[in-house]
Amino acid sequence: MHDVAKHDDSKGQYFWVWGALLVLTGVEVWLGYRQVFEPARMLEVLLVLSVIKSALIIGYFMHLKFETALMRWMLVISVAGLFVIMYLFFFPDAGRILRLGVK
Amino acid sequence: MADATLQHNAAAGHGLAGEFEAPLFGAYSKKVGMWLFLASDSLTFGALLFAFSYNRIYTAWPTPFGKESIINATVMTACLLSSSLTMVMGVFAARRHDRAWTRNWLLATMAFGTAFIVLHAMEWTHLIHEGLSLPGFPKPAGQLDSEYAKISTGVPQFAATFFGLTAMHMLHVTIGVIYLGVVALRKWFLPILAALWLAGVFLIPADNVFHYGVHALLIGLIVASIILFLKPKDYDAQDVEVSGLYWHFVDLVWMFIFPLVYLMSTKV
Repeated sequence: MHDVAKHDDSKGQYFWVWGALLVLTGVEVWLGYRQVFEPARMLEVLLVLSVIKSALIIGYFMHLKFETALMRWMLVISVAGLFVIMYLFFFPDAGRILRLGVK
Repeated sequence: MADATLQHNAAAGHGLAGEFEAPLFGAYSKKVGMWLFLASDSLTFGALLFAFSYNRIYTAWPTPFGKESIINATVMTACLLSSSLTMVMGVFAARRHDRAWTRNWLLATMAFGTAFIVLHAMEWTHLIHEGLSLPGFPKPAGQLDSEYAKISTGVPQFAATFFGLTAMHMLHVTIGVIYLGVVALRKWFLPILAALWLAGVFLIPADNVFHYGVHALLIGLIVASIILFLKPKDYDAQDVEVSGLYWHFVDLVWMFIFPLVYLMSTKV
């Protein structure tokens, strides 16, 4: 049984997470505004940074890190799985349009 | 969640084992319900973001956002991130049954959320005035040759996906502010919401798209009134935590919209 009193729930860690999120946002803005990478690579880098930020928000602010393993994995696997299915539906078709040309 | 778990254990320890069934996910039902809603809502935003990316792939995508827009969107991001921190502080205060600080932190969260909405509305108004528009939007005169007007006619997917994604998110933030207002102030929030709606109706010019958008507050007022009439309860720590889950989700979604919609479309 999960008990929040057992894990480290100090307020300080939330300020660190908030600071990390602001710093990561600053890095994103710098990368985006300076156009450091070409667009495809930029998209990859920004998405990686967004996933890191969302993991911090879900894990700490939304407290999922401290929930039971069953709840953690049920939510993460189901949502991630559905996103993979969406990806499989959308992007092969987008590639087909690129190959055939837009009519 | 902890409260529900402890109540269950306490019941088991007092010879009442079996009276309370252990929760499947180790969490109280309201929290599980909110997580399920957020999982389904994440698919809504996921579909919109995939549709946005899909359009981007096969279109010569414009990159119109200059320094002013990026700074504005960055400040909006900082507002949302800070609101998440104040929300966490509110949950802490609720857990230690400190009603005054729970209310204060929730009001601070609402203030950051309102700042986000106002900044976003100003950004929308600026872009529409510059010529970025959808068929149903009011058309400002004399912007036919502007860069944004050309984008609206040449790449209509840009305006459609930009306004579609950001409107959906802005609606969620608005609902979140109303939700937190009801949790923090209960029935005392209703006259405030009514005053905000009336102020919006009378003060926002008729040629501004938010002259109509502000009616979302009226819908929120009606729904909040019905909820408070049917269940005029005093919200506890669990309710504050569940409202916090919704609020953090709104923040989470913006972490994808900001880089994909704004940063990937910065003016080179």
